[in-house]
Amino acid sequence: MSALFSKLVSLLDTEPYRLVVAVVVIVSFVALNAAYLVWVERKGAGRFQRRPGPTEVGPAGLLQPVADGLKLMSKQLIVPAGADSTLFRAAPLMVMAPVLMSLAVIPFGRGLAARNLNVGLLMIFALGSINVMALMLGGWASRNKYAMMSAARVVSQNVAYEIPMLLVVITLAMVTGTMDLNQIVLQQAGGFWHWNLFRVWVNPLMPVTFLIFYICMLEETNRAPFDMAEAESELVAGAYTEYAGMGFGVFFMAEYANIVLGCSLATVLFLGGWQSPFGLLPGVGWFLLKMYFLVFSVVWVRWTFPRTQFYRLLNLSWKILIPVSLFTLILSAAMIKLPAMIKLLRALL
Amino acid sequence: MNAVTEIYTGFKSLLIGMRVTIGQFFKPAVTVRYPHQTLKIPLRYRGHIELVGNPASGKPLCFVCKLCERACPSDCISVDGVKLEGDKRKSVTSYKLDFTRCSLCGSCVEACREGAIRFSRDYNLAGLAKEEFLMDLVQRFQAQQAEAKPEVRSAKPEVLAEQKRETANVSLNPTP
Amino acid sequence: MIVNEPNPPGSAATAPNETFVLNLGPQHPATHGVLRVKMTMDGECVLRAEPVCGYIHRMQEKMGENRTYAQYLPNTSRIDYLSAMTYTHAFVGAVERAARIQVPPRAEYIRVITSELNRISSHLVWWGAFLLDLGGFTPLLYAFDDREMILDLLEGITGARLTYCYYRFGGLYNDVDETFLKGTRQFVLHMRPRLKMYRALVTDNVILRKRLIGIGPISPELCRKYGATGPVIRGSGVAYDVRKAEPYSVYPELDFDIPAFPEGDSMARYLVRMEEIAQSLRLIEQALDKLPAGPVMAEKVPRVLKLPAGDYCYAVEAARGRFMVRLVSDNKEIPYRVKLRTPCLSNLSLFEEASRGMLLADALALMGSLDLVIPDIDR
Repeated sequence: MSALFSKLVSLLDTEPYRLVVAVVVIVSFVALNAAYLVWVERKGAGRFQRRPGPTEVGPAGLLQPVADGLKLMSKQLIVPAGADSTLFRAAPLMVMAPVLMSLAVIPFGRGLAARNLNVGLLMIFALGSINVMALMLGGWASRNKYAMMSAARVVSQNVAYEIPMLLVVITLAMVTGTMDLNQIVLQQAGGFWHWNLFRVWVNPLMPVTFLIFYICMLEETNRAPFDMAEAESELVAGAYTEYAGMGFGVFFMAEYANIVLGCSLATVLFLGGWQSPFGLLPGVGWFLLKMYFLVFSVVWVRWTFPRTQFYRLLNLSWKILIPVSLFTLILSAAMIKLPAMIKLLRALL
Repeated sequence: MNAVTEIYTGFKSLLIGMRVTIGQFFKPAVTVRYPHQTLKIPLRYRGHIELVGNPASGKPLCFVCKLCERACPSDCISVDGVKLEGDKRKSVTSYKLDFTRCSLCGSCVEACREGAIRFSRDYNLAGLAKEEFLMDLVQRFQAQQAEAKPEVRSAKPEVLAEQKRETANVSLNPTP
Repeated sequence: MIVNEPNPPGSAATAPNETFVLNLGPQHPATHGVLRVKMTMDGECVLRAEPVCGYIHRMQEKMGENRTYAQYLPNTSRIDYLSAMTYTHAFVGAVERAARIQVPPRAEYIRVITSELNRISSHLVWWGAFLLDLGGFTPLLYAFDDREMILDLLEGITGARLTYCYYRFGGLYNDVDETFLKGTRQFVLHMRPRLKMYRALVTDNVILRKRLIGIGPISPELCRKYGATGPVIRGSGVAYDVRKAEPYSVYPELDFDIPAFPEGDSMARYLVRMEEIAQSLRLIEQALDKLPAGPVMAEKVPRVLKLPAGDYCYAVEAARGRFMVRLVSDNKEIPYRVKLRTPCLSNLSLFEEASRGMLLADALALMGSLDLVIPDIDR
């Protein structure tokens, strides 16, 4: 029996079966997260507001996402008259697909990445901008003034925040010397003092770098306090106004999947990925713990702050985040080259 | 330099706000989970009106003077009664309240000089038809009497005092 | 920080055929009630905002011509249901002034206590709803938690939670009990730290400050032009409060300040209302200390009131501004005319002029800071 089992495992370890298993696991992980992060958000919102949250459906409301999913699936998928039906139907798909693909390169544990690319970081950011385009297309194709205004807002917002995010990630790539996510995690082995967050001898402003990354992540996923795209009290539901039933459901799931992706990336890049804080028993458990802590903080931020104004949002990016991230980039470059420069100076003198 | 201090105080205010919310996160919920839990209804709660009985005879105190009917701003009340043999005043035979129009203003309770009507404490009135809210108060009174029969018959001083306290919550206009 | 100002209307960038009309329809999360605002927009910029009211016109003034004075009392609570006690106070005061009924001092003090509690509960609803408009969902729940205490107190004495119908001509419906007095003192002690928490969570929050400071400036001249009163004019620096300008009830015997901030922007109006909650707490404490014993109803109040022929009015400081009742009587049981001068209609009128050239989000922040209750506009 155990011989059969080990034979099955070794079969699954070969390509292409390994990839198939990995893709199935990722898709189900994303689906489960998208569904149950809704539960976490609603329960969290309830607790922050001193009320219970969902309690009726299932024990402690755990079947609430199932009920919501059934409700969304039972609704008719309406395409408004006069809307561009191809683009309208394609937009939810274009929001969901890049997230699934990006999660293929994240190392969840030792050797637990679906496909470990040596340019994994580059791939994630290459795919990251597609969801902006999808929102814009969805908003424009809806033939609705509210949706159109929201799509315009989303585009300028996302373009503004791509820049500091990429600058910060370039800084990190310079500091770690690699774009391979698995290598980045392996570099952070040991205790929590080895994590990139505390690597201040190479880049003294590393915590600031993490903060900028976190803010940009909040913003790329259109979460409060940056949720202009679906500012409920102003634009009804923004770019999603005309979507009914499962079309809206897919947008919703994609938003949560994006949050999972962003938090996973923050964990891998700054918080040591699957490494443990004291060097004992590293593994996928630590990764999930850190990631879900970041997800909780995203929920916490959402339910605490009001929304910013649109031009102040752009001001924050262009006038504060970009100069600061440029400064950290130049500072890290200088610090990395410092030993070589000292040697050069010594040789000259 | 001004910009830096501005950024610093701004960021600090965000952290202070987050501390407030996380403090509230660990406090218990204040929600009362109706219908699994219910609240205690105060004595003076204004539910729809009901007839008050005479503790000695067990009959409604109302003698159909129709002051309540005239005082109502929304024309909700219609009272009718007959004069029985041997009684000085009328006895009420029909007291209909159209609760779909009632605004719970209390004019009727205040207008009644006998204290024959009072607010009930009925609050969970869900119904499926409009007719359920065209209330027959005489029928309600008789149903209440049938339930509480032993108490009424005994007419203990404490029971009488309690009933008097409940009806005394309504202040009547002094007669000129 | 330098902020890029939006294009002023009439600039080269605004071609007339590039504007569109956005209908902030009667059903909208941000208009507190059924108010329609037709906005002519250039991109995100509001060129003209035209409020269309009347969707909840219930003919309150006409009903006054068909009911006796006592029968009209429930209507007064429903004009502005968040500030119901003060509105009933105005009507009852007008009738008492006309019929020369002397209200006993205990009743006057209890009227002040209940009116101020009502003012606090109205401002709490405004605060929660305003922050909801701005995107902060949590403070609404905290405000409603505090408001629940007020509503429980008032339910204990009146039996109702929103539309009280508690005052009568000559006094009150019934007296208050010990539970209410102790509960009110406890509420005052509970509320002061909560105000500090609100300050830490919201008022000092940089996002909110950026959202409100400098937004929607309203000058005192604009207020006078449209007759805006209440926190709107006090947020423009004019310390006009009916309780000090035309004193009524026992307010002359109580010590309180009128908060007024000169900036005239949304933040000033916000701070005025938060400060008013603190002043109301102060008033309640003083009134509780000075509460005399005695009857709560005047002695010889006729059962059916007939006011002598003439024109009578009475003004109060409601939560939203100056509310005045004007009664015209022709010596019958039923008034000839009941005129209700409501504050929200005047406050809304200046929205059109004040919102020209603003961005949509800012225009909505301005509308929220005016604290409109639409049934008050339409009556």
